[in-house]
Amino acid sequence: MDFAQQLINGIQLGSIYALIAIGYTMVYGIAKMINFAHGDIIMVGSYIALMIFQNTGLPVWGVIAASALASALLGMAIERLAYKPLRGGSRMSALITTIGVSILLQNVFLLLFGSSPKPFPAAFEGEGFTLAGVPVSRLTLVTLLVTLLLMVLLTLFVGRTKLGKAMRAVSEDQGAAQLMGINIDTSISLTFAIGSALAAVAAVLYSSTYPLINPYMGSMLGLKAFIAAVIGGIGIIPGAMLGGFIIGIAEALIKGYISSALVDAIVFSLLIVVLIIKPSGLLGKNEREKV
Amino acid sequence: MLKVEDLNVYYDKIHAIKGASFEVRDGEICTLIGANGAGKTTILQTISGLLQPKSGKITLDGSEITGRAPNKILLQGLAQVPEGRRVFSKMTVLENLEMGAYTRKDAAGIREDYEMVFQSFPRLKERIHQQAGTLSGGEQQMLAIGRALMSRPRMLLLDEPSMGLAPILVDEIFSIIRQVNQSGVTVLLVEQNAAKALEIAHYSYVLATGQIVSSGEGKSMLTDSSVRSAYLG
Ligand SMILES: Nc1ncnc2c1ncn2[C@@H]1O[C@H](COP(=O)(O)OP(=O)(O)O)[C@@H](O)[C@H]1O
Ligand SMILES: [Mg+2]
Repeated sequence: MDFAQQLINGIQLGSIYALIAIGYTMVYGIAKMINFAHGDIIMVGSYIALMIFQNTGLPVWGVIAASALASALLGMAIERLAYKPLRGGSRMSALITTIGVSILLQNVFLLLFGSSPKPFPAAFEGEGFTLAGVPVSRLTLVTLLVTLLLMVLLTLFVGRTKLGKAMRAVSEDQGAAQLMGINIDTSISLTFAIGSALAAVAAVLYSSTYPLINPYMGSMLGLKAFIAAVIGGIGIIPGAMLGGFIIGIAEALIKGYISSALVDAIVFSLLIVVLIIKPSGLLGKNEREKV
Repeated sequence: MLKVEDLNVYYDKIHAIKGASFEVRDGEICTLIGANGAGKTTILQTISGLLQPKSGKITLDGSEITGRAPNKILLQGLAQVPEGRRVFSKMTVLENLEMGAYTRKDAAGIREDYEMVFQSFPRLKERIHQQAGTLSGGEQQMLAIGRALMSRPRMLLLDEPSMGLAPILVDEIFSIIRQVNQSGVTVLLVEQNAAKALEIAHYSYVLATGQIVSSGEGKSMLTDSSVRSAYLG
């Protein structure tokens, strides 16, 4: 395959990583924790979408919206039940709890659906258009447009609305935000809802591209998106977007020109290289450690 | 207006505030002076609801606010300018003021109050779309005060507003505090800079290791022996 085709594949995959990475980065920025169960929300989002596809006649956009809503509620519920009681405690106990929730979600879905992969319906079949001789599928086009639309909406929400600004205030200084009358519980809930909804949208796009889903599918996908968030600068939303596209494109090019077997090794090396050169990530500022 | 009775606050096993009682009278500037580590910040954070007291009672105009959530206390008309300013450094000056008005819904009144803040602090108006982190220390302190005023408080708590500022800026900040008070806002001012604070205070309390050790009417405290020996040299 030629370079342009690889690049388009990379952008498609990168869109998905970017949507997932936003969830990691927002939760880190606002709740100051790394949520290792975030990857498993993608898996849950895929299964929910599959269930809706199989049991209702809802059109695909309705399926995406319903799965995003259900995942948002699940994300909020997990935060309330599992993470909120640990707020103010050590970061390590919160981290271990997120890993526990991750294992729990995988095992619940293993029990419910078994370990064998389930086929996912082809959601956006068909031709898209041809760009300079390279065919771009409808799925690729939808993935990119949906991702860009959601990024614009999120940027406007965080930048322009009162609730979005309050989230930024909480991310900078929880105590000062409380003195403004901002309810930090609400801001944190909202963060989990947004991150989980974006993960569910990514789940449908991803499962349409790689149409076999299983209870462990979120692990590697989540890890890659987490790396994307760190490369871009964890806590910084545009960084997660940038990191997602970088990882997606790098992965496609490595697959196309080097070797599929080396993809993961090279992506992890990329992380290490970025962290050595710029520990706070590509868009991060090297801030002095707060005392 | 504000009454604190037999307040006890702990950090785990550390008994930081040991039975402090004091009162801020309506319309006055009251100062709480004390050395570093005396417990001034702890008291203000407990009043604002950021810390929970072990025991004691805090009342605002007769209604008890002890242990209530910070947003509830703000809605009662009590705003705080925290120690170290703590402006939202990645947000613009205007966005910081907007956060100060977070609990309000009256758009017209909020716009009026932006103007009021910009009138008191013209330098903030020049920097309205600048990120707060790029402001000088004095400007950040002005922003922190302006931000607190955006909730239209009846009472303002200030935690060491002169900290780290050049003397000329300290004078400016203190004259602003006096103006705020003259506009009808009751003030509780916490300071290490005792000489300055006593000059503008109607009434003063001296805090040492979590206890009120002395108190008196404003300028009379300048000659108080405990104050003289500890703070004025
Ligand atoms: N977060 C904290 N954890 C434990 N001890 C604290 C904490 N904050 C303050 N203290 C202690 O409580 C006492 C009062 O501190 P503080 O209220 O900050 O004093 P001040 O504002 O008068 O300098 C000090 O002995 C300080 O060491
Ligand atoms: Mg202090």
